[in-house]
This record gives sequence, structure tokens and C-alpha cells, in this order.
Amino acid sequence: MHAHDQWIAFKTIIIKEVLRFARIWIQTILPPAITTTLYFVIFGRLIGGQVGAMDGFTYPQYIAPGLIMLAIITNSYANVVSSFYGSKFQHYIDEMLVAPIPNWLILAGFVGGGVARGLAVGAVVTAIALFFTDLHVSHWGVTIGVVFLTAVVFSLAGLVNGIYAKSFDDISIVPTFVLTPLTYLGGIFYSINMLGDFWRGVSLANPILYMVNAFRYGILGVSDIAMTPAFAIIVIAVVALGGYALWLLERGTGIRN
Amino acid sequence: MTPPALDIRDLRKTYRSGHEALKGIDLRVEPGDFFALLGPNGAGKSTTIGIVASLVNKTAGEVRIFGHDLDAQLFDAKRCIGLVPQEFNFNQFEPVEEIVVNQAGYYGIPRKLAYHRAAHYLEQLGLLDKRREAARELSGGMKRRLMIARALVHEPRLLILDEPTAGVDIELRRSMWDFMREINAAGTTIILTTHYLEEAESLCRSIAIIDAGRLIENTDMKSLLARLQVETFVLNLAAPLQHAPRVAGYELTAIDDTTLEADVTKDRGMNALFEGLSAQGISVMSMRNKANRLEELFIRLVEGKAA
Repeated sequence: MHAHDQWIAFKTIIIKEVLRFARIWIQTILPPAITTTLYFVIFGRLIGGQVGAMDGFTYPQYIAPGLIMLAIITNSYANVVSSFYGSKFQHYIDEMLVAPIPNWLILAGFVGGGVARGLAVGAVVTAIALFFTDLHVSHWGVTIGVVFLTAVVFSLAGLVNGIYAKSFDDISIVPTFVLTPLTYLGGIFYSINMLGDFWRGVSLANPILYMVNAFRYGILGVSDIAMTPAFAIIVIAVVALGGYALWLLERGTGIRN
Repeated sequence: MTPPALDIRDLRKTYRSGHEALKGIDLRVEPGDFFALLGPNGAGKSTTIGIVASLVNKTAGEVRIFGHDLDAQLFDAKRCIGLVPQEFNFNQFEPVEEIVVNQAGYYGIPRKLAYHRAAHYLEQLGLLDKRREAARELSGGMKRRLMIARALVHEPRLLILDEPTAGVDIELRRSMWDFMREINAAGTTIILTTHYLEEAESLCRSIAIIDAGRLIENTDMKSLLARLQVETFVLNLAAPLQHAPRVAGYELTAIDDTTLEADVTKDRGMNALFEGLSAQGISVMSMRNKANRLEELFIRLVEGKAA
């Protein structure tokens, strides 16, 4: 397959994925918008008013980057896991498997769709955040880099989950029992400097902590974590998950007999 | 010299469960042929098609499509194939036109050309007015035609149709036959699997029969049908029979008082039968084959009886 043909195939998967989540915007875009609004009303205004300043910022300002990152993480993951599993469940993954598309392109297409939804929801949540608080970007490069790479990481994780999933239960177990707890414990609502040494050490094993803090640094200029280890962990996750997902696709795990 | 449309050598497939679906199949389909691949349920037809279409990993053997080796030149081989599978395998929530256009995109066809081709094939298959509807809104017959349009959009040289007319009403089935004949006449090689043996007999020039993972027949349709030594005809009579008739050289069985079944051997023909019945004052109003000829042969071959 020539590079031009591959580009067309890649664009086709992206268009298909974007149209898919746009068609069901009530399930994909609206819920995070409502949830984020509630977070800002309850934690930002009502409770946040009592909390006082965090690292020199109001509480709504402090939690805004984490809430945007929460939306990006959960939506990029959810998009790929549900889309890939849906294509297996209804067997229309065959449309790609019979075509002359290399596996890396299938991977890139699904991940591209996940990133697109993550960024779309992230933009909506950012717009909502601006109703409640002032936000200015301190470091554009860090902000763009961490948003994009985090969306890629969780799109890849969603793809791995989708490849292995054999039932609809299987696509909700990881988001419910792994992703949500790790995200909430990833420093969205607090600084790990508020924790004791033991829990601080435990928190450092949570990869989402690095992403939330890197994004907070990009927006507010403050972070509990240095940027070098934060980006190193994100890049390692991209490479490891990307390599693993590609290996699964090459083997035909879950998609070829 | 054009290589065979499909050349399969010693193809084997053993599933993880240990089930040996294919036990060494050799098959050759010539370019431009209309080829029937028949066999009872579970014989290995869909596994063979799955391997050719790269949906199933083979255990051993060699597959070439228009000379392209499935292992060494996978993408060139894939470009040559259009697949219409047995089960509906499209996104039920996607609009009809998008399904066809996206499939074209997977083959590197630019979107503008893809829309043009989608409109062409959807029109040919009577689906153009449904192009904006979600696929789930279509009837069963329309869904089958959608899969044909999708398989043709990249204009493959080899079209594989796995039971394309299953569950389709007679009128629509006939129009689909006409369409298949047209695209075959235009140069597309077609491999058809079907349980309607009348369909295979009417459309196909060559035939292979698979049973229990082995190829038990691979020949042209005429030669196969010529092997049928005895055919059974059902005769509808003008008046009730007074007695069971006898005609030398024919086995006659009275089904009821106005219906006779006659076994006719290939060397005898029908004239002597009608003469014998006329001589006994029996007048035949109409006649039909008891079973489709290919069906008769198919059953005999699969059951291991000599044809």
C-alpha cells in the first residue's frame, strides 16, 4: 500500500471515528460537560470557597487542570474501548481486516479517534471551567505536549482493553475499578504534599499523578512533580502500550481465528 | 499468461479447540470463472473463505490470489478480493452510503471518487434512495445487497459471495442472480457458496464440493451433471389411475391416484415412457423434476454414494 493510499485509509478511520462519537454526542460529549459543571459548582464554589488558596491559586483554579485532564483521560479511553469492542461485537472490524491496511494504521486510526474525542471533550470542559474561574496558559509546549500524549496513552490503553474484551462487562471493568480510582487519587483535588510520607510514596506509583501535575504545570505553572520524570513516564507508557497493542493486532488476538 | 484467480495448495486449518476444519485442500479457480463452492454445514467452506480473505489464520498450506502469495504479498492479494460474508458485518448505526464510502477509503480510494462509486453500486443494487438511512433500517435483502455494494466498491477482480441470497425472497434472488451474471460477464471472477443448489446450477460453470474438511469434487458443472445416471420425474395425470401402470425399462410408483413418479435412466430418455403410458390410456398433463439435479448429485457425493 502506497503512502498516499495509507493516508487516505488513515483519514477514513479518523472521519469514521469522529462521526461515530459526534452522532451520539448525548452519550459522549454531554455527560462530561454536566459532570464537570457539577464538580465546579460543588467542589469549586460551595466547598472550594472554604478551602482557601492552594499553591497560590484559588481552589477552583487549582482543580481546573485536573478536571480537564480527567475528562481527556476517561473520554479517550472510553472512545477507543467502546468503538473497538463494538466493531468486534458487530464484526465490522472485518471491513478493515480484509482491506490492505497495515495493523499499525488500524492502531493509529483508532488512537486518532480516541485523541479526537479526548481533545473535543477537553475543549468543552475547558470552556465550562472558564465560566467558573480564570485560566491562563503558563507553558504552551508543556500543555499541548501533555494533553496530546496523555490522550494517546489512554487511547492505547482503551485499545488493549478492547482487543481483549469478550463482553460488555469487560469494557467497563477497567474504567470503573482501575481508571476512576487512579484518576481521583491522581492529585486532581489535592496536592500530594498534603499527604504523609507513606501515602505520598504510594501516590508516586500512580502514573496519572504525573499527567495531572504536568498539565497543571502547563496551565498554572505549579506542580508536585518535576517535568522530566513526568514526560519520561508518559512517553514510556506510549511506547510500551503502543508496542503491546501492535503486537496483539499482529497476532490477531481477539480479532482473527 | 494470467495466473489463476485463486490457487490453493494443501490448505490446512486446525482451530485452537483442536477441531481440524481443513485437512489439506487443493483448489484452483480460473480467471473469469463463476465457481460454486458447496458443502454441508461445517464442511469447511467458510473457513476456506475466511483464510482467503485473511480473516482466519491458516495452519499450513499456500494461497495465491491472481498470483499474489497471501504470505509474501498480502496487500496485493487483498486488493484483488471483495468479500460478501454470510453474516451481516457492518455498523448497524452507520448510514448506508458511509459504510460503502468508508470501505473504499480503506483501499486508498479518495473520498470524492468513493462517493461516486458508492452511488453507482447502490443504484445498481436498488439502494440509492436508502443511502442516508442507518443500515439497521434496511430489510434483510437490502442488507445483503449493501454488503455486495460494499464488496464491489474497490472493484475487485475476485468476488467471494458466501451465501449471498440466504433469506432473500425469490423475486429479489432472481434480480441478484442477474446482477451477479452481469458483473461476471464484465470480467469479475466469482466464487459462490450457497445452500440453494438450483442457484449454483443456474449460475456457475465450475464446482467444488467440500465435506468434512476435504475436497471431494472439483470439476466443471456440465461434467458433474452428466454423471447423474437416473433422474426422478413427477407426472401429473389427467384422470385418476384405474390400476398401477407398467412400462418396460422404467420404474413407476403411484404417489396418489393422479400422480406418478418415474425413474428415468440417462440412456433411455422420455419418449418410450410417454408412448407406454399413452398405450394404456394414461394422459400426462404436466411434469417436473422431483429434485434439482445438482441437489441429487450433491447428496449422493456427500453421502459417499456413486453418482
